[in-house]
Amino acid sequence: MKGEGDIVGSKQSDALIEARSLRYSYARGAPEVVSGASLSVGRGRLSALIGANGSGKSTLIRLLGGILKPSGGEVSFDGVPLASVEPRARARRIAYVPQTISSVFPFTALEVVLTGRSPYTTRFRFEGERDLEVARAALDAVDALHLAARPVTELSGGEHQLVALARALAQEPECLLLDEPSAALDLKHRAGLVRHLRRLRDERGMTALVVTHDLLLLDPAFDQVFAMRCGSITASGAPSEVLRDEVLAETYGDEHVRARQAFGRTFVWSEL
Amino acid sequence: MISNQRPEIKNQQPTTVRLRRALALLTCVLIAATLLALWVGYQRLDLAALQTDERARAVFFQLRLPRVVMAGIVGASLAMVGAALQALFRNPLAEPLTLGVSGGGALGASVAIALGAGARVAGLPLVFIAAFIGAGVAVMVVYRLARTGATVLPGALLLAGVVMNTVAAAGVVFIQYFADYSRALQILRWTIGSLDVVGFDLIWRMLIFLVPGWVVLFAMSRDLHLLAVDEETAASLGVNVRRSERLVYAASSLIVGVTVAVGGTIGFVGLIVPHAVRLLFGEDVRLVLPCSFVLGAAFLMLADMVARTVLGAGELPVGAITALAGGPVFLWLLRRQQRYSAL
Repeated sequence: MKGEGDIVGSKQSDALIEARSLRYSYARGAPEVVSGASLSVGRGRLSALIGANGSGKSTLIRLLGGILKPSGGEVSFDGVPLASVEPRARARRIAYVPQTISSVFPFTALEVVLTGRSPYTTRFRFEGERDLEVARAALDAVDALHLAARPVTELSGGEHQLVALARALAQEPECLLLDEPSAALDLKHRAGLVRHLRRLRDERGMTALVVTHDLLLLDPAFDQVFAMRCGSITASGAPSEVLRDEVLAETYGDEHVRARQAFGRTFVWSEL
Repeated sequence: MISNQRPEIKNQQPTTVRLRRALALLTCVLIAATLLALWVGYQRLDLAALQTDERARAVFFQLRLPRVVMAGIVGASLAMVGAALQALFRNPLAEPLTLGVSGGGALGASVAIALGAGARVAGLPLVFIAAFIGAGVAVMVVYRLARTGATVLPGALLLAGVVMNTVAAAGVVFIQYFADYSRALQILRWTIGSLDVVGFDLIWRMLIFLVPGWVVLFAMSRDLHLLAVDEETAASLGVNVRRSERLVYAASSLIVGVTVAVGGTIGFVGLIVPHAVRLLFGEDVRLVLPCSFVLGAAFLMLADMVARTVLGAGELPVGAITALAGGPVFLWLLRRQQRYSAL
């Protein structure tokens, strides 16, 4: 959706998001959830962030999206410090999909998706016809157009996540940050989600970073995998490089993890 | 199936069109309510007498018209604050009364009355300022208690509101007990609540406080809409969550404080009206806020009309009428909300 000029005009460095030794704790004196995490997310690449429960993945992705401000270190987006980007301008370039969204009010799915257009409208102007079109197209892109009129309070967990993803797409961002988007999805929709992300990457040059526990989906679908342990990035590289016994054993603190390649992909499991 | 098809029809039009239609309809309702409230009273409005009789004219312009206007202003204010608080806290049961904001305001106002009702600070009525502070403290305390980390616990929010109301009511009783007799009587008469007003002086003074509050809430309606959908998503869309919260608190406390200082505690307007608007026009907060404002005005005008006519010569507190209508609505919502497990 971006014009040619945008790509040529911006610095053609390889990394879209760069984080240097990020630190964060939720309260003063509380232990750091993210402690010295550094990573660089490749432009136009599909990246995954893996790690054990409580390793700080969700916090890190919020820091990268500018939703939390790091207590130390810096995030730069497209060569500019993220902290200096005005929040609504940021929302036109980075879309974040939280793990769960809890709607109490029965907004329709289309209304929720339309909130993705708010960075493009002014305080007292509502969405126009074009915004409605973009929102419908976003729902269509995740095969969820049939949900448009449904109250989100009546949707299943998986349908909820499709709507949240459509909302992110309606922002027409360059970069998607997804926090465990496949957690509530069934087999078909998990694969479907990855296909959507790959298509967005190929057709629009979309950059995406996905927090996931779904290690079976990573190779060969993803370009880059970051492994996180105790608040910092401990390994990164192509899926086949990260998905190895010794790396995973360290990442998850579990020596029973096995990774084997077969049928051109990597299978990961933990011995019982 | 019916409930699934209704939103489709509503959403085929952009929000602008829907808002325009809803406001046009509600404005007609407001005009009708105003005319009815002006016409019905202890004595029916006599248009012929109004043109000839000096006394009838004075009664109309100094008593009935200001009172109807006052009811409209207070109703619009309370309904709008209710809609804003519901969106901010993502809780359909939130409103000035249930969150203890009214209680806090009432306590502040009685302190001021005990000190002397006519007192002024920098030319502004002390009652307004004290009620504003009381309401502000209440909303802060309730919010602090209900918020844990990134989430506001809906149950804790309402319980904290209940406790706040009880403590504030006890405070009012204490002040009444210790204040001298005439002031205690003043407080008593004021706590019963009435929209009785003579002339427009008080109304102008109220508007100095209310208009800024209204403007802030209207200006925040987009952010409130995003917050009502999901707080984290709102933050990612560029909403400064903390700043929005502070602005909405300040504006709500100001509005509730002033209305409580003038008319006493009038409950449930902020609950009934926004929910009626939602049922009619959908959930979009940018639509619910202005529509609640208009419908709230009409609602309290009619409620006050009932309050001042139902007993014939006497007068019921308008708060009793709104509570009678609002209590069942609250219980119905409570029952419905369990389905969404928000409590």
